Amino acid sequence: MVLYLNIEERLLKGDKRACARLITMLENNDKEAVNILKRVYKNSGNAYVIGITGPPGAGKSTLTDKLTKELLKQGKKIGIVAIDPTSPFSGGAILGDRIRMNDLALDRNVFIRSMGTRGSLGGMSKATWGAIKVLDIFGCDYIFIETVGVGQSEVDIVKTADTVLMVMVPNLGDDIQAIKAGIMEIADVFAINKSDLDGADKTKVEVEMNLDLNEEKDYRPPVVKVSAGQNKDIDILLDKILEHREYLEKTNELENIRTRNNKLEILKMVEEDLMKLILDRAVKEDLLENLAKEVTLRETDPYSAKDEIIELIVNNE
Amino acid sequence: MFDNNKLEEIKTSVESWEKEVVEKSISRFPERKQNFTTGSNGEVNRLYTPLDIEDLDYNEELGLPGEYPFTRGVQSTMYRGRLWTMRQYAGFASAEESNQRYKYLLDQGQTGLSVAFDLPTQIGYDSDDGLSEGEVGKVGVAIDSLKDMEILFDGIPLDKVSTSMTINAPASVLLSMYIAVAEKQGVSKEKLRGTIQNDILKEYIARGTYIFPPEQSMRLITNIFEYCSKEVPQWNTISISGYHIREAGSTASQEVAFTLADGIAYVEAAIEAGLDVDDFAPRLSFFFNAHNDLLEEVAKYRAARRLWAKIMKERFNAKDPKSMQLKFHTQTAGSTLTAQQPDNNIIRVTVQTLAAVLGGTQSLHTNSRDEALALPTEDSVRIALKTQQIVAHESGVTETIDPLAGSYYVESLTNRIEEEAMNYIKSIDELGGAPKAIEKGYIQKEIQNAAYRYQMEVESLERIVVGVNKFQIQETDKKELLKVDKTVEINQREKLKVLREERNNEEVERTLKLLKEKAGTDENLMPFILEAVKAYATLGEICNVLREVFGEYQQTVIL
Amino acid sequence: MDRPIRVLVAKPGLDGHDRGAKVIARSLRDAGMEVIYTGLRQTPDQIVAAAIQEDVDVVAMSILSGAHNHLFPKVVNLLREEGVDDMLIIGGGVIPEDDIPYLIESGIEAVFTPGTPTKDVIEFITNNLRR
Repeated sequence: MVLYLNIEERLLKGDKRACARLITMLENNDKEAVNILKRVYKNSGNAYVIGITGPPGAGKSTLTDKLTKELLKQGKKIGIVAIDPTSPFSGGAILGDRIRMNDLALDRNVFIRSMGTRGSLGGMSKATWGAIKVLDIFGCDYIFIETVGVGQSEVDIVKTADTVLMVMVPNLGDDIQAIKAGIMEIADVFAINKSDLDGADKTKVEVEMNLDLNEEKDYRPPVVKVSAGQNKDIDILLDKILEHREYLEKTNELENIRTRNNKLEILKMVEEDLMKLILDRAVKEDLLENLAKEVTLRETDPYSAKDEIIELIVNNE
Repeated sequence: MFDNNKLEEIKTSVESWEKEVVEKSISRFPERKQNFTTGSNGEVNRLYTPLDIEDLDYNEELGLPGEYPFTRGVQSTMYRGRLWTMRQYAGFASAEESNQRYKYLLDQGQTGLSVAFDLPTQIGYDSDDGLSEGEVGKVGVAIDSLKDMEILFDGIPLDKVSTSMTINAPASVLLSMYIAVAEKQGVSKEKLRGTIQNDILKEYIARGTYIFPPEQSMRLITNIFEYCSKEVPQWNTISISGYHIREAGSTASQEVAFTLADGIAYVEAAIEAGLDVDDFAPRLSFFFNAHNDLLEEVAKYRAARRLWAKIMKERFNAKDPKSMQLKFHTQTAGSTLTAQQPDNNIIRVTVQTLAAVLGGTQSLHTNSRDEALALPTEDSVRIALKTQQIVAHESGVTETIDPLAGSYYVESLTNRIEEEAMNYIKSIDELGGAPKAIEKGYIQKEIQNAAYRYQMEVESLERIVVGVNKFQIQETDKKELLKVDKTVEINQREKLKVLREERNNEEVERTLKLLKEKAGTDENLMPFILEAVKAYATLGEICNVLREVFGEYQQTVIL
Repeated sequence: MDRPIRVLVAKPGLDGHDRGAKVIARSLRDAGMEVIYTGLRQTPDQIVAAAIQEDVDVVAMSILSGAHNHLFPKVVNLLREEGVDDMLIIGGGVIPEDDIPYLIESGIEAVFTPGTPTKDVIEFITNNLRR
């Protein structure tokens, strides 16, 4: 296929098709794609990643659209990864975030990719990490990751983004839930969207109060009221995000965070490969199946069964 | 309405009939299916008896034709006094060709005009706008300026016909053009009769030809209410529509609920704009669908009338009985037409016509057999019109008023639909009214779910569509279809060029500038739009000015 | 294929009737596909940009306004100009049979007219992917 021959060069030149194709290949666990990434990885590192999270209906897509437009004014190149939940029953998904970003579809400096979670539970898809790298190498200055708002600790986004933006809306009741579920701790910037609604001020106060309780950190997340629909105060929000970036860069925190995230990613991939290795062997000749049956019949116990499987790896490598 | 003792007797006999007679019959010949349902998937019992409507109070819930709550009809003589208006929606290609079709239809006995505009016109784009490419004249007539409007109605006396215009977002502009054409004919505004659809909420819900955001759109709508109540008093200023909501897949109860919820929003907007309810409410009209299940449809129209009357009286304190009357136009359901065996559609339309007539519609459009594939040919449209005429003059259903009243089934259904609709309206109220419910996607989601369910029923053969999933044939007979070709677009572009050269461009600029200024204030925009129209400013130019001031609607799609 | 098929469901032009597009989108989702739906009033340029960025396997366009003879081939040509040759392009809506040969010639692989069961569309896509 012609594509494979110079997909790297085309990616480095900023060819959207090559970028898109490479993301697809990573989504599909294509080994060739990983090899390509290995070769061009050193070209990454320029992009700043902003994670956008929050409950469904908070207006994340519309806000992403507006923030992107602000950054475009500054001549930046933007990548957007919009994630929607994959149906656990059918394995399919409706990826509808582009609708709120129709204006951006034709902008030369914007690349938007929709992804399904494809079984991942943390609000992001596994292939998102790969997509971010590709977009980085493609030339994006900023990459927005718009996650599925699962409403609980969104662990994944913290392991990926440089700045995490939490989008809330007044009166959803989620404000209280969010506080209870501990999500408050993961966000670096809070946006109270749909600020034209009653209760926006009250929500802001509640969030601020909860931030008061976390006095240890020397960075205090700002809480900004915005209205994405009315394009109001988006510039202020963007400023706060960029201020957070400045803070991270000045204190060297950015490098620490990224190193930590890289560690987590490497670990995760090691985990996956090992798991695959083990399962392949355990499933071969129905070993796992038989052990499970023996455990049920009390012919062995789960712990010994585990030992037997682990031994396969230890001995065979 | 029934004697308690008699009811007891009936109860006993029904019970024993079910236990003995029916059981025996079923054990030998089971019924055709497990579940019997209405077209909207509502449960249908084997039999209906007085027991099903034992609480029905004739005077309170049915009443008399022309009297509150208007369940049996809004006029006291209904079709005995005057048949419904036979109003076939028509328009395509150029104003010249549409003008010819209108004259043909009037000759053939049609009693009112109904104008279909093309998509660029409906969305406020001139025929030479980039977005109009490929669309000019395709689904209706292309109107770019007053000049086209003059051609459209050439030789048609506007004091003698009533005209319904299916136009929503730019309704103010097209109405102004109509007024200007009448003026040139020497017909004063007071004499003009007709309707503009002017129902933006359903555009956001189901039809898609919106331009401006909701708040500004409501402003234009209430401007029209106010202007017409003084200047064009015989004009129906809005046709609050359920047709499209049904076409998008809703059930019958949802059709009633979402339409009336929209109606409530318009009434509230007008009252907030300072109008007195009895000043504009008599000119509100409605537009419903006529779907396949004849009896359910009849019940639906009756439920809608009763519910609206109650809403106007109790919720809005209307005093004039005319404010409480739900007058409506009906169109047979386009979505039931099949591309396979198109002649079958004539029969479908006949059943749907009966439904609308037995339901008491004030005017009716019947679809043509070939409309699953294209706009209708002259032949097909003639058959559609004849369908109405045969039902009117040969079927006997117009000899008396509301003949199905009293049917245990129909009255039960009427009650059920009214109740279900009321529940939906309550939910919508809780969300803050129709505009908020639309913003949240509530109404759209309900409709989509119903549409998906329907499709799955068809594919699983739970629901039969003759010729499509059962009784199919090898299609060989192909009829001629109407074609609209590219020359329309080319000609319109030419016309626009000529217009822009020949008109007084200074005057155009002046009126547009004034309109822009006024759009930023609270003033009623109708007079300023009328001025711009008379100066031969184009539809696109006027709408673009308004787009600058109002912005454009951003769609919210929830799948 | 052990990965979900990616489909772009698009409504080109000014047509606002989306019941069919939405029903198709849902049925494709229920059949395990990832469906990108971009809403109403898509220009051919927007459709092509989305198709490329999303690297879809299928572009499925729905149109009921009669503008298909103009808009469908436009999308096909724009995709070709961008060097795309491995996407399955299909269409549906109110399209007279007489127009279908022209559309097929222009590069639309299949046209699904009113009455087509969704499972036919699913089957066609599954059996005719170009990758």
